Amino acid sequence: MITPLSALIKTTGFIYLTPGMIFMWVIGLVLIYLAIKKEYEPLLLLPIGFGILLANLPLSGLMTPEHGLLWKFYEYGIHWEIIPPLIFLGIGAFTDFGPLLANPRLIFLGAGAQAGVYLTFFVAHAMGFNIMEAATIGIIGGADGPTTIFLASKLAPQLLGACAVAAYSYMAMVPIIQPPIMRLLTTEAERKIRMKKGRKVTRREKLLFPIISTFLIILLVPASAPLIAMLMLGNLFREAKVVERLKNAAQNELMNIVTIFLGLPIGATMNAEVFLQPKVLFIFGLGLCAFMVSTATGILLAKTMNLFSSNKINPLLGAAGVSAVPMAARVVHKVGTQADKKNYLLMYAMGPNVAGVIGTVIAAGIFVTLLGS
Amino acid sequence: MATKILAPLAGKIVRIDIEAGASLFEDQEILFIEAMKMETPIYAPCDGVLDKVLKKVGDDVEEDDLIAIMA
Repeated sequence: MITPLSALIKTTGFIYLTPGMIFMWVIGLVLIYLAIKKEYEPLLLLPIGFGILLANLPLSGLMTPEHGLLWKFYEYGIHWEIIPPLIFLGIGAFTDFGPLLANPRLIFLGAGAQAGVYLTFFVAHAMGFNIMEAATIGIIGGADGPTTIFLASKLAPQLLGACAVAAYSYMAMVPIIQPPIMRLLTTEAERKIRMKKGRKVTRREKLLFPIISTFLIILLVPASAPLIAMLMLGNLFREAKVVERLKNAAQNELMNIVTIFLGLPIGATMNAEVFLQPKVLFIFGLGLCAFMVSTATGILLAKTMNLFSSNKINPLLGAAGVSAVPMAARVVHKVGTQADKKNYLLMYAMGPNVAGVIGTVIAAGIFVTLLGS
Repeated sequence: MATKILAPLAGKIVRIDIEAGASLFEDQEILFIEAMKMETPIYAPCDGVLDKVLKKVGDDVEEDDLIAIMA
């Protein structure tokens, strides 16, 4: 009687539980709590949190190579590089590049805010991360979830879970992390600078932008092709005005479906063995550092541009060069209105903000070109 | 002299707190425009009486579109 009972118990997961697994449950539950209660990036953190719970249930076999359900989602969705480009299709479909075209010099702010990516890359490498891991950690500074996932799956899959959670956490915390840096680096008078009205952008310009950008960027950095191609196709759907159904499908239904299949397997990569290592703490620390440096360099670049131009830029716009769209632009607007409530910076900030998306993709493409096998 | 109230940014009008004939004071919140999933308050440009409101809640506006006129 006792033998069959003990055999039965051995088929359950209970006796295989480890303290690490239980600790990971806590992390998963905290993410679920933050998603539901605080609404921190709920679309991503909720499935990621649940994925973490699933990954830390022994004997479930969900991440068993070749057979596990979540392993299949991971392998064919992320490892095969299908889901991040599909997310970019949706981003392209709802992104208006008009503010960027109206004020093209703001593109430099989107480029300047990538400095944190490269700086953190060198710091992480100096701290002992291998060169592939260092690049993946650096890209967190771009505050762009799909790009971070894209790069991690190519260069350092073992860090994917931690880097994705770090990227999405910092995106959720943009309104907390950025304002103190913005206030520290600008004067009250600078924050009050009102932007000169941009010119009106024609429909033809908006239509040509995705096509010309595709040629230019992919010829320049071919490794960025999967993300840029989808981003610009989505944008062409939007600006063509003749394929509303495709545009809506890309930015709503398809986006929602791939978001489910993105979050869950990312959470499932975070099992206790892989995640509970001191280097994960460094990833979070370095990622935060990358993001803060990117914010600061964007602002400082705007101030530098002001030295050479009589048409002054409100330096707060530099902080929108990180690619958390449209959170970073909203934060710029809010900090601006605290200095002058009639200073409407939102649409101007969208210029560097969308440039930041392209900038981070190019940065990732450069890493893949230089480091990818 | 009539003063025009123009949309300072493109978006959708989600709330209008005023109607024709109302007395406004400078910097009073008069309506809200939603853009980039954020509601932005729009303020009266000066003291005066509102003559006409040309837009309604739910209307999309472009930057510089005429929203209302003050007498």
